Amino acid sequence: MTEKTVLNATHRALGARMVDFGGWDMPINYGSQIEEHHAVRRDAGMFDVSHMTVIDLHGARTRDFLRHLLANSVDKLKLHGKALYSCMLNEQGGVIDDLIVYFLGDAFYRLVVNAATRAKDLAWIEKQAQAFGVEVKERPEFAMIAVQGPNARAKVLGLLHEVDRPRIEKLGKFAAAAAQGPHGMPLFVARTGYTGEDGFEIIVPAEHAVALWEALAAAGVAPAGLGARDTLRLEAGMNLYGQDMDETVSPWEANLGWTVALDEGRDFIGRAALEAQKAAGVPRVMVGLVLDEKGVLRHGQKVLTANGEGEILSGSFAPTLEKAVAFARIPAGEPGAVRVDIRGRELPVRLVKYPFVRDGKPCEGI
Amino acid sequence: MSEIPGDLKFNKSHEWARVEDDGLVRVGISDHAQDQLGDLVYVELPEIGASVTAGNAAAVVESVKAASDVYSPVSGEVVEVNELLNDKPETINEDAYGEGWIFTVRISDRAELDQLLDAKAYEELIENEDH
Repeated sequence: MTEKTVLNATHRALGARMVDFGGWDMPINYGSQIEEHHAVRRDAGMFDVSHMTVIDLHGARTRDFLRHLLANSVDKLKLHGKALYSCMLNEQGGVIDDLIVYFLGDAFYRLVVNAATRAKDLAWIEKQAQAFGVEVKERPEFAMIAVQGPNARAKVLGLLHEVDRPRIEKLGKFAAAAAQGPHGMPLFVARTGYTGEDGFEIIVPAEHAVALWEALAAAGVAPAGLGARDTLRLEAGMNLYGQDMDETVSPWEANLGWTVALDEGRDFIGRAALEAQKAAGVPRVMVGLVLDEKGVLRHGQKVLTANGEGEILSGSFAPTLEKAVAFARIPAGEPGAVRVDIRGRELPVRLVKYPFVRDGKPCEGI
Repeated sequence: MSEIPGDLKFNKSHEWARVEDDGLVRVGISDHAQDQLGDLVYVELPEIGASVTAGNAAAVVESVKAASDVYSPVSGEVVEVNELLNDKPETINEDAYGEGWIFTVRISDRAELDQLLDAKAYEELIENEDH
């Protein structure tokens, strides 16, 4: 049974091409994926991300619970509304999911986790929460719309109640606050995203989602499908769960070491395994690749290095760069001249530091 | 979606063939196929002089989404390729039955043309696919 977001009929009315995405019937594009990609890089675009799972955590010991559950440290969250990106690991140090946690009150945190991992995430979180007496509550009554691009914030601000505008305009990166939208609808506005552009991710009660979408469209925000979302996040150097990391991969092997806080005395799930792997030497590393020749890097293609074979994780034509880029996992060590096998032909690729694109522009050396 | 020109013949795998005045067979992918693939970003053309076999892969079209083989509708020798596609692969999205042709073949067995679907039969095929 395919699930539908509350915006499903809206997408269809716009002529979207719909695909199955982790059990959800979602728009991959509304005509041209490349035009939607450029709309986000140059102006403002919006994505229906209502398939993502919102989970609220309540209880006096919620912070202690999250200090145990997450590889990043919620102790970094000092002010209400602040958000943190983290991996949730198993005991072996493998990534169960990546997520955003919002600090909303001393006994209230909100998680946003991936759609495709919803059931296993909920089961894992509920199991771990018991010892802390934390209430785990999924919020399926919410829809979510991501509005992204250099003009995204201004266009959203114009729709908010006047009283809320200055406060939301001043909202810092990776922070969230409540605000009133069109017709007084209650919004949870977060300055986060998955495109490498500025913007907001807005959680809205499902019954108001269509009205919000239409108000954004009237304000000149272009509908963009999950196809553009994928090329935007790849250019921005952001991992996709299931493609770039999973339960067999540690954060060290997925370039997510920056999200692991080995702070003094905090015993989070997977910590012992991560420390052991770090001490023994991480066997594989994740790198960025650029193909200067014609062709397209794709998931699953073989990567040839001096130390053996690796594999392309996320790979695509990058519309902002007009050439193909990819993430690859390869054996650790000096890789030598790296080639990718595309249909039996070995093409040379360049190893680069990513992100590939930031704030609409190619990064240096890409 | 644009109307299907009546002088075209089709593979079930969505390639078209058109017999030109000089007897050469021009090959491309259907408008339906380009619409399914989405924005094309790369076309791997066959080499001039290469021999192609009906039903076998002769070229590759890549959209942002995926790479797809282009199966030749007829057998023979490739005599011309559309170099325009090297720089403007999106031409296939814009004009699949015209400027977006991919290669031409000197056909070795004209009887193969009779095995292909005519425009009406192809139209029925894609209509059924959509349901």
